[in-house]
Amino acid sequence: MKVSVWRSAAAGSYQEFEVPRQPSQTVLDVVTYIQRALDPTLAYRYACRVGMCGSCAMTVNGVPRWTCRTHVDRVLQKDSLTIGPLKNLPIIRDLVTDMTEFFDKWARAKGQFKGGATKQDDFARVPPQSEKRKAVDDGIECIGCGVCYAACDVVAWNPDYLGPAALNRAWTLVQDERDVATLERLRAVAGDAGCHSCHTHLSCTERCPKQLSPTAGIAGLKRKVLSSALKGEL
Amino acid sequence: MSYRTETTLWIAQRASAAVLALCVLVHLVTIIYAVQGGLTAAEILGRTRGNAAWFAFYAIFVLAVSVHAPIGLRTVLIEWLGWRGSLRDVFLVIFAAILASIGMRAVMAVFA
Repeated sequence: MKVSVWRSAAAGSYQEFEVPRQPSQTVLDVVTYIQRALDPTLAYRYACRVGMCGSCAMTVNGVPRWTCRTHVDRVLQKDSLTIGPLKNLPIIRDLVTDMTEFFDKWARAKGQFKGGATKQDDFARVPPQSEKRKAVDDGIECIGCGVCYAACDVVAWNPDYLGPAALNRAWTLVQDERDVATLERLRAVAGDAGCHSCHTHLSCTERCPKQLSPTAGIAGLKRKVLSSALKGEL
Repeated sequence: MSYRTETTLWIAQRASAAVLALCVLVHLVTIIYAVQGGLTAAEILGRTRGNAAWFAFYAIFVLAVSVHAPIGLRTVLIEWLGWRGSLRDVFLVIFAAILASIGMRAVMAVFA
């Protein structure tokens, strides 16, 4: 098959390689083959190879995906593949992006848990069937791969936008009964380029490899901000 | 403080959207009804002139447009042109004032 791979940084271009097809071949296998057999200077990032770490996300035929969990059979178009770095992130080299801004936005959205209990307190008992716990469950499995961020139109238009992953994280904490920083967090996500900037295009939900719905979390944040504002708490 | 501004603008836009949804529906139904009966412009004006209910309805319609459109345009200006700052806000206030004034001019034309 013919594989076009992005080379160099933002001002780079696609380089073509001829890669042999293998049974059950993943896109990560293709990239690894190119680096090991054709061009050892190719830079890319991966770790677990089994869809746990989220570090191998790239743009495959225009769509952000985990390359380790994407079989070539599923995405091959006319015997060719185009593999590029994730969009909406600065390119360091070839297929490697700089994710600093992506994770800084988690911090900006107050993505850190802030508990109010001390070691003298008993364990918090959160019933697994409670509405809040179920809302946390719906968003908690995010592994920070950046696929949703790369798929988001609003991030592309407004680079300050916190993005689906950071807002999803904020939503899980807002729903966490043990957390005591809700108001502070709502203020952080309601500002310019926060949850109100989301246009509900659902690209993040469509592309999330974990089948999460950051869109639903962002809608939840909008509702929560609204109710806090109406109560005069914000 | 930006969170208060953003939240207020968001609430204003959603609330005005809800008002507009109702206003557009009533407006369209009224047009279709008026045309079906073969009403002339003079006959329509005969019914709207001096009618406080129609005046109130269309005044609210115009007000909702004047609130809704500039907030949406603000987002477009940020996303497409990256235009932020007080000059943009002055532009949007002028835009809202123009919408309100030409809208109210039309309302007055069928009421007065």
